[in-house]
Amino acid sequence: MNAGFKLRAAEALADPLLKVAVERTAGTAEAKRATAVAAFDAFEAARTRAAAIKDHVIAHLGHYLEQFEANAIAAGAQVHWAETADDACRIVVDLCRRAGAKSVARSKSMLGEEIGLPHALAEAGIERVETDLAEHIIQLAGERPSHIVWPAMHKTREQVSDLFRARHAEPHAEETITAMAESARRHLRTAMLGADVGISGANFLVADTGAVCTVTNEGNAELSVVPPRVHIVTAGIEKLVPSMDHAIHLLRMLARSATGAPLTQYTTFYTGPKRARDLDGPEEMHIVLVDNGRTKMRDEGLAEMLRCIRCGACMNHCVVFRQIGGHAYGGTYPGPMGAVLTPTLDGLAASRDLPQACTMNGKCQEVCPVRIPLPTLLRGWREKSWREGLEPVSTRSAVRLWAWVARRPWLYRLSARMAVRAMCLFGRRWIAAIPLAGAWTRHRDLPAPQGRTFMDQYRRRQR
Amino acid sequence: MAPMRYFDEVEADGILPMTERRQVALFVTCLVDAMRPRIGFAAIEALEAAGCDVAVPEAQTCCGQPALNSGDRQDAAALARNTIRALEEYPFVVVPSGSCAGTIRVHYPEILADDPVWGPRAEALAERTWEILAFLDQVCGWRPQGVRLPVTAAYHDSCAGLRELGIKAQPRRLLRAVEALQLAPLAGEETCCGFGGTFCVKYPAISNAITDEKAAAIEASGAELLLAGDLGCLMNMAGKLHRRGAGVRAMHTVEVLAGMGDGPAIGEEA
Repeated sequence: MNAGFKLRAAEALADPLLKVAVERTAGTAEAKRATAVAAFDAFEAARTRAAAIKDHVIAHLGHYLEQFEANAIAAGAQVHWAETADDACRIVVDLCRRAGAKSVARSKSMLGEEIGLPHALAEAGIERVETDLAEHIIQLAGERPSHIVWPAMHKTREQVSDLFRARHAEPHAEETITAMAESARRHLRTAMLGADVGISGANFLVADTGAVCTVTNEGNAELSVVPPRVHIVTAGIEKLVPSMDHAIHLLRMLARSATGAPLTQYTTFYTGPKRARDLDGPEEMHIVLVDNGRTKMRDEGLAEMLRCIRCGACMNHCVVFRQIGGHAYGGTYPGPMGAVLTPTLDGLAASRDLPQACTMNGKCQEVCPVRIPLPTLLRGWREKSWREGLEPVSTRSAVRLWAWVARRPWLYRLSARMAVRAMCLFGRRWIAAIPLAGAWTRHRDLPAPQGRTFMDQYRRRQR
Repeated sequence: MAPMRYFDEVEADGILPMTERRQVALFVTCLVDAMRPRIGFAAIEALEAAGCDVAVPEAQTCCGQPALNSGDRQDAAALARNTIRALEEYPFVVVPSGSCAGTIRVHYPEILADDPVWGPRAEALAERTWEILAFLDQVCGWRPQGVRLPVTAAYHDSCAGLRELGIKAQPRRLLRAVEALQLAPLAGEETCCGFGGTFCVKYPAISNAITDEKAAAIEASGAELLLAGDLGCLMNMAGKLHRRGAGVRAMHTVEVLAGMGDGPAIGEEA
């Protein structure tokens, strides 16, 4: 993956359509978020409260998990515990088999992607229909999501139009977004209503009611999980909140940070399966609570990352993401939050580029609705990578040698003097090419040093 | 009596009543030392005009940021101790760079937090360390007097200064006192220029794409002169502007404030 990251980034940079697609969505999101935040009374205080809610839950995870389990069971749901991604997939596949499911309708869930659920279902021979519009596009194209909120962000509407025309039975006649959405609706509605099992993720798990909350703009979660006989929820254990009040606060932060809207079109709380007096709903509701490294993250210095509510603001505002898009990151989660999570999920050796490919500009932290200190966490990975010897020998020896010199002021002065003299040989104003600085001069000119170092000139003036 | 609050004074009338000259150590930064000493001399000029006695401690080298950002915490800590030793006897330490000042102010106390001896020394130095534009504005309440530069300039907010130290209004307040200087609005003025220290040579292609957009925005602003508070970012943007054949010149804000704005810009001969 190491050589892979640079390669994927280079491919992404060479794709002008990708740039257009990313800019359209992330640029719009950035502008809309700014407007929403400006109109929100005391947004900074709301961020602090959001972070405090998550920190509290993460510090008392055991307590709230037990409370959630008890209340979910009381509401008629069944709760399953999965320590690893494989455990989680096995539980879901077993539940599908027990339900005799031939096809499942799945509402977009990044946790599902993280644990490899689409793959596990395919291996089990269970047909999977992705019901989120963007996930539907991804499924038709045989690709992976490139953003946690807009999985098909990397595709332009023109590309989507071609895809629908090729794959839908009754594609759109007119070249409008509305007509394209109608085409997807015709295609998906039949599949959703015919599914045996509905699978969703969860945006929040409410401990004091045992409710599971999803947010969508298309209503596909509701239509995916209500008609089938069985509803399966896969959720990371960090999705817990103590009460509805806390869920509402985080919902206000989530929608604004993600899209700039005050709320998503659909916000649904599912509390247990169909009850005696209900007109519809699934007969069974199963909630699979997934750890997959989360308690390890908490115990190993990444507790703040568990605050993440998956809004995508960090990537929308990231200068690197905006250039290379999500696929280049190579993991389930892209952008700054992905660069923190992927080393946990896939191992640092396989993903050491991600925390390095960051300018440390701090914008992600500035926009994070739960105040995750992303640059600090990324620096933490860099330090681990350094300690474990994963950084290239050339980098290690250069930094170590430079630091050794910089600890000795007299030697440092001498080296600076010599380096400046040497550089001056390559140009008096601008240097277009110089040994050891090819990575700089490939893309930009290097201003030549002014002559003597400051220290030399200053000493001379003092005399 | 409540302690004097620099901010209030400055907001009130722009100039702080000066009782005695401030004793300041200039931390030159490795980049200014090697690449553009002019910024160091401009800093001394401005600080003296603002009523400071400026010393340049001999034992200073680099703040250690390259080691810190590479994950080499051990060397970062060693360089932090060096810098603390070199600077801690001065009442104020002033740095012509937001990212180097941020390293001392924000990161030294973090790096040395577990060290019972150096931790408190790092905290003590951090409290007295200032980025130069913030220092001139907030601590000295200084404004350039009789400095004239008829030019349209764009100001780029370098990331560490902006987000670690809150430097935003200070340079603009100072530049407003320069006669005939017009500040042109710069789209994405708070967007990273793509430098990122070692990032720009570790991931040159990604850095280039970011910098290219930044350069285009600078060109579109119509400014003749690009100003910022960090030489690293300035060299990156100026180098890109030059490669693109744009006529925009670039220099450090303190050069303009010290009345040296009519001299050679980055990449121009003295």
